[in-house]
Amino acid sequence: MTVALSGEEIARQIEEHFPGSIVESSQDTVLVKSESLLKVAAFLKDTPNLDFDYLTSITAVDYYDYFEVIYQLTSLQHNHSLVVKTRCYGRDNPTLPSVVGLWRGADFQEREIYDLMGIRFEGHPNLKHIFLWDGFKGHPLRKDYL
Amino acid sequence: MAFVFRVMSTNYSKTELDKAEGRAVELLKERSQQPIPDPDKWLDEELKRNILLTSVDAMLNWSRRSSLWPVVCFPACCAFEFITTAASRFDISRFGMEIIRASPRQADLMITAGTLTWKMAPQVRRIYDQMPEPKWVIAMGACAISGGTFVQSYSVVPGYNRIIPVDVYIPGCPPRPEALLYGIGMLQKKISKRSIITEGRG
Repeated sequence: MTVALSGEEIARQIEEHFPGSIVESSQDTVLVKSESLLKVAAFLKDTPNLDFDYLTSITAVDYYDYFEVIYQLTSLQHNHSLVVKTRCYGRDNPTLPSVVGLWRGADFQEREIYDLMGIRFEGHPNLKHIFLWDGFKGHPLRKDYL
Repeated sequence: MAFVFRVMSTNYSKTELDKAEGRAVELLKERSQQPIPDPDKWLDEELKRNILLTSVDAMLNWSRRSSLWPVVCFPACCAFEFITTAASRFDISRFGMEIIRASPRQADLMITAGTLTWKMAPQVRRIYDQMPEPKWVIAMGACAISGGTFVQSYSVVPGYNRIIPVDVYIPGCPPRPEALLYGIGMLQKKISKRSIITEGRG
């Protein structure tokens, strides 16, 4: 059974290396500032006792004031998991760094979020429509669509 | 004629000639007591057994409605009801349509079993265009009729009749196999009303 690591404990470790990168943490999740997402993600992946080598999924939620993107990480080596969140503000051009460089599995899922939520992932090698067709107007999973 | 010629060419007296002729006639007469049977007599009997007179329309419509070959167009869950219909319990082959063609060029019926998205729509239209005339379409299930649950969705075609002409609509979500078979029966009735005179494409 995969063990869900404590978000507070992981947040404390991250804060030691990258002060000021954590917004808040709870038993289940770690909320990271979007500017420091990439280095925190690299830290989670490369630290030997964490070793989050597998990205289970990425999803996004529209909270009107901001978009929250949720990364579910798993370590196949240690069989434990963690949920990392980050937020991006603004509805016109919300932008986050892409994690494709760390986890190749993020490729299609970031394209899906770009397609349906309209969040741009900077550094993504092929950021274009994946479900909808070229020329589709709008982002259907946003709360204010239609 | 060769027989007569041989007799005449022999150098006999006149009496002998007459006798030889008489013998030939008697011989032929003796051999010809019964009429030779008609060599095509069998043909006559077979024809009497097998020819039915009917109209071209009835013949064409009968053959067309009795061998509807469906093309594969199963984008979603209604396909499972179709598979059940085609399998042994409901057995679509009773209607001469057990051959589900993977190539639209060999099919004349499209059973649209499932939700159609706009991204998929050009491919379905292409499959329909590749089917040879005459061809028919059955819209199976709520999604095929009107988009069903997804009628207001941004990505779903609200009914197959937006992109291809539909002959029979079968309601249900999904329709049971009995409903599909009833719909096929309705289509067969529709086909039997066709006429090569009123329809240019015959």
